[in-house]
Amino acid sequence: MTTQEHDASVYEQVQASSEFQDLKRRFRRWTFPMTVAFLTWYLLYVVLSGFARDFMGIKLFGNVNVALVFGLLQFVSTFSIAWAYARHAEKKLDPIADKLRHEVEEKTR
Amino acid sequence: MSSEALATTLFLAFVALTLGITFWASRQTKTAADYYAGGRSFSGAQNGLAIGGDYMSAASFLGIAGIIALSGYDGFLYSIGFLVAWLVALLLVAELMRNSGKFTMADVLAFRMSPRPVRTAAGVSTITVSIFYLLAQMVGAGALVGLLLGVTSASGKALTIVGVGALMIVYVVFGGMKGTTWVQIVKAVLLMGGAALITVLVLGHFGFNLSSLLGEAAAQSGKGDAFLNAGGKYGTEAQGLAGKIDLISLGLALVLGTAGLPHILIRFYTVPTAKDARKSVLWGIGIIGVFYLLTLVLGFGAAALVGSKAIAAADKAGNTAAPLLAEAIGKTFFGDVGGTILLALIGAVAFATILAVVAGLTLASSSSFAHDLYAHVFKRGNVSEREEVLVARISAFVIGAVSIGLGILAQGQNVAFLVALAFAVAASGNLPAILYSLFWKRFNTAGAVSAIYGGLVSALILVIFSPVVSGSPTALFKDADFAWFPLSNPGIISIPLGFLCGWLGTVLSKEHNESKYAEIEVRSLTGVGAEKATKH
Repeated sequence: MTTQEHDASVYEQVQASSEFQDLKRRFRRWTFPMTVAFLTWYLLYVVLSGFARDFMGIKLFGNVNVALVFGLLQFVSTFSIAWAYARHAEKKLDPIADKLRHEVEEKTR
Repeated sequence: MSSEALATTLFLAFVALTLGITFWASRQTKTAADYYAGGRSFSGAQNGLAIGGDYMSAASFLGIAGIIALSGYDGFLYSIGFLVAWLVALLLVAELMRNSGKFTMADVLAFRMSPRPVRTAAGVSTITVSIFYLLAQMVGAGALVGLLLGVTSASGKALTIVGVGALMIVYVVFGGMKGTTWVQIVKAVLLMGGAALITVLVLGHFGFNLSSLLGEAAAQSGKGDAFLNAGGKYGTEAQGLAGKIDLISLGLALVLGTAGLPHILIRFYTVPTAKDARKSVLWGIGIIGVFYLLTLVLGFGAAALVGSKAIAAADKAGNTAAPLLAEAIGKTFFGDVGGTILLALIGAVAFATILAVVAGLTLASSSSFAHDLYAHVFKRGNVSEREEVLVARISAFVIGAVSIGLGILAQGQNVAFLVALAFAVAASGNLPAILYSLFWKRFNTAGAVSAIYGGLVSALILVIFSPVVSGSPTALFKDADFAWFPLSNPGIISIPLGFLCGWLGTVLSKEHNESKYAEIEVRSLTGVGAEKATKH
């Protein structure tokens, strides 16, 4: 190490780097729209439960109605989004985060 | 052997096992990181189980099964809110918190802000939320023993609350986070095992045909197909528009509250890295999701096999639906002895459930008192680690004692609304403060303090003047009427208000610290400088 800079400025340098900006973009572009999506999907379910009970009561097969299928689909979507996020994070976020962490830890040592 | 004696024996076995764990954990708990965060040495899977153990309270197990058994589909709405909420924690909070915090929720907020006002606000909010939740569980414990062990005298119930409180204090004071986590892991395994066993038997009884289970439940409920549809309990047609808006308000608090609950947030500090925090939430989502699916079968199974009338006769809120179902299904498959054994098993599991949850809550509130209020606000950071941990242990004792006292005083009161209120406060005050501080560069001290107090105070005021406190037959004070807010759940007003206060407080104050934001942004996303696991 040639320069002994104060920690804060190291962080500002990293923050300004294109690699970090790429990491931040990849994180936010995935998680922010997904959060809006699953919250909207959940609120749709709650609103239908309150205001569209005739629709929710339609029987699809046997005694299984739309309300139950809608509810179970909330489980399916929650499990799927969790799984998809884990994959996204492992493939697209972790490698950059690990590389940047090693670099900063070298600099601030 | 009677069911009561068998349940007591099984429960005492659980107590013996967990006290053994606590003794072992106490010998490994030396530093502050050990006490507050279990040395950060749990694996993702272990912490995921503990998350399940911390989160699946008696209210979810007995309460939701009871709501489904008595009112049908609406109990499922609760489960879904509780589950989807974990996506907020997974996507936006868990990993970033692990990377930028140390022991409490306030660590993340205090990172780039004036520490004393922010820690005071976060400490007040943490202790308020945890005590509400704790009180609901303590009163529930007293009611449960009456139902399961046939103890009906007020002194018998008070004695149960003292016993539960004393055990919880021992777990937390001596075992710290390590002991508490293992208690939660053991409880999660027992609860999942017990619920899965009953579910398989119930489904087996109906030839693994969900539709015929639903049909029988609807027939026995006396409500027909309406029993399988929304509207049996929340936002009923009789309650009109206000009831339906109340349902949405409850839904909002459930889905946004989890990621702001202090006892959940501190669980993310018990693993070595952010990747393990992610893994813990993934495990947690899997366990909690499967558990709520089991609860659905338990609830409808109880309606079908025990019948809504018999359940309501045993307890008006339906809290004994799951134990009564266990007894009925055990009898069907294995005769009277089987019924006795399964009833005892579920009763013991229910007590284990309460103990694990109250221990987590006591730990969260005492950690926040010692670390945020005592060490950083009163002593301005001039305190040794030894002293801080000692204060944490003393405050765990005091908080435990206070909640025992309040639990006895509130015995017989309708305090179920306190759980929903805890979620509403967490969603209205804590969540905006956490999200803004992780994602908004301009956010500052005034913003954090306004968000927390704004959300906390507005949720409290709205509930005080709501039908749950006065002016309705089910209110806390039945004979008074000072209610002007029509909804039981404040979330639909207080959550946007919390976010608004946070924004307004921020823009009205000139303070902002760009270099500190650079630091928290880089640290939260990359894990630079994150607290390491301690080795033993």
